[in-house]
Amino acid sequence: MTKDPSSVLPEAGSSSEAPPPRTAPPSAKAPRGRFPVDVRLAGLLAVFVLLCLVGFLTRPDAFFTEGNLSTILRLAAAIGVVSVGMTFVIISGGIDLSVGSIVALSSVWATTLATQSYGPVVMVLCALGVGLGCGLVNGVLVSYGRVVPFIATLAMYASARGLAERISGRNTQVVREAGFLDFFRGDFLGIPVLIWMFALVFVVGWILLNRTTFGRRTFAVGGNTEAARLAGINVKRHTALVYGVAGLCCGIAALMVVARTTSGASTNGLYYELDAIAAVVIGGTLLSGGRGTLIGTLIGVLIFTVLGNIFTLNNLDTDIQNIAKGAIIVLAVLLQFRTNRSRKST
Amino acid sequence: MSGPTSLARRRFLTGGAAVGAGALLAACTSNESPQSTPQAVAGNQGDNAQPGAHVTIGFSAPAADHGWMAAMTKNARAQAGQFSDVTFTATEGTNDVNQQIAQVETLINQKVGVLVILPFDGAALTAVGQTAMDAGIPVVNVDRVFDTPLAYRTWIGGDNYRMGVNAGNYIASELKKKGVASPVIGEVAGIDSLPLTQERSQGFRDALAKNGFAVGPRVSAQFTPESGEQMTSNLLQSAPKLDALWNHDDDQGIGVLAAIDNASRSEFFMVGGAGSRNMMDLIKADSGVMKATVLYSPSMASSAIALARLLGQNKGIGDLAEHEIPANVTTYSAVVTKENVDSYADVAFDS
Repeated sequence: MTKDPSSVLPEAGSSSEAPPPRTAPPSAKAPRGRFPVDVRLAGLLAVFVLLCLVGFLTRPDAFFTEGNLSTILRLAAAIGVVSVGMTFVIISGGIDLSVGSIVALSSVWATTLATQSYGPVVMVLCALGVGLGCGLVNGVLVSYGRVVPFIATLAMYASARGLAERISGRNTQVVREAGFLDFFRGDFLGIPVLIWMFALVFVVGWILLNRTTFGRRTFAVGGNTEAARLAGINVKRHTALVYGVAGLCCGIAALMVVARTTSGASTNGLYYELDAIAAVVIGGTLLSGGRGTLIGTLIGVLIFTVLGNIFTLNNLDTDIQNIAKGAIIVLAVLLQFRTNRSRKST
Repeated sequence: MSGPTSLARRRFLTGGAAVGAGALLAACTSNESPQSTPQAVAGNQGDNAQPGAHVTIGFSAPAADHGWMAAMTKNARAQAGQFSDVTFTATEGTNDVNQQIAQVETLINQKVGVLVILPFDGAALTAVGQTAMDAGIPVVNVDRVFDTPLAYRTWIGGDNYRMGVNAGNYIASELKKKGVASPVIGEVAGIDSLPLTQERSQGFRDALAKNGFAVGPRVSAQFTPESGEQMTSNLLQSAPKLDALWNHDDDQGIGVLAAIDNASRSEFFMVGGAGSRNMMDLIKADSGVMKATVLYSPSMASSAIALARLLGQNKGIGDLAEHEIPANVTTYSAVVTKENVDSYADVAFDS
């Protein structure tokens, strides 16, 4: 705050004066080693297919039914949307620990309005506005305030949930707004609206990341901040916007959770930050930034959702499910570490 | 009592709007629905209602992050407000055991007359309860029980095992009434690692077994609406046909019902747990699957304050022949159905 951001201190800008020695140029999206990425995606896909096979073999009567597949996708929708935003943040070299709390705050704020019948449009705008606002606060703290992402979003993690508890009075706000419920709980062309929303967010996110300047800049900032700055990218503004995208995704996810549970509660979105980070990491996105794919994230989310579904279909304990989750995360990261080493040769 | 609280809340909301999400929303946030009516205040018959010697009651409980727990603190406060001879000193709720110990120590140092403690973890708070007793301060232990009776003067709490038993018995008798031969009975439990969940499930299993039935598909949620919805969505896919479903907790019940509604299922009936206002309203309306709930009522917090006051005044309970307050009071997990729901409306809590 007190220091002029542009007066570069020797160490503050993370080895600012050292010329980038070994890294690729700023537009390092999918550099020469495109092959290992594909191998990893194929491996991930194989794990997913294998899981589905297990699901089918253990419950041939229930797994591949229309109802079950729709349930899986509906359950994946909220955490999937949050993970899309998280992928942007992590590719840009940051981390967002506050996503779950922002989902809670957005959902509570929107549903608290419902109890006063402000109407569905106001509710939707409120959820999106709260999410975007919280995300931008995160982003401004990180970029202009120079607070480490871990700390800035940790602060939001605590305060957003606190605010959610305050607003709701810790009561679960049941939604009685028929317009809202009819739309978000309904179907469109035989497919639940929640799944359409999930698909839409994913496609828009994919285009934004892979087909626009915004996406290229995100990779560049995460790959080498200093090089990105020298290449003329407004790194501070871009970082703030990336957290804004993540916040907006939380607002959308909050709407989904409210529709699913027909209520807003300050306990919504519990542990979303951990689930989203796990999905993103499994999907092959580097925690150090600069590289990642949304398709990997999508498969990561689906793997976890299908795992939970299979466990419940077979009436198994949730404890073992958590152990399985942990094992999958470790396996994926080990795989990532190996392919990573072959590329960067530390 | 509710006046200053809601004022502070309003002020906080307005501030939060500026910080969190832009001023345009601030105007829409004053959501002060007049719901903070004191719930479940125990009636005090006989001499005990007369003002007596002044008592300072210290109160410590976990964070109110759940409708039931919020109701516990709210009820204790409301009950204390009923007595002109009671000063109520509450500490901020916390789920950090170390902090709760520190809070109780502070209350001991303030030399309160009686302590009412709802420990986050009974075992971890036992030592500090004993310290208070040694210092001559009687401790009323609520709900989660200390490891040794040396650490409390009186314990009052619910009966988790019987909650399961009564849910099981009710479901079994309803199914027999309908003449269902080999029913599929589902269970949506709370947090599986907590002893209270294990006791509820054990009681449920035992009662069903006595009737020749068994628990079918079972999932464990987290006492939150969201987890209730998630787990139940999967459970309903697992069981294409159900005859009955017991959900341990009415807070997560909102999500459970949303999942049932979403799957358009109605071939079974559902029994809840704890006794929230939402669920009692649904039972009364009798328009869906929700047919009953077994009580685990936060009115026990009101009773705990009443007992603490009498302890401080060295009185007994009017209708008992005993000179003193008993050492144990276990509340009963009554089954609330359409027939008797009106008589339990006063102990319903806002989830």
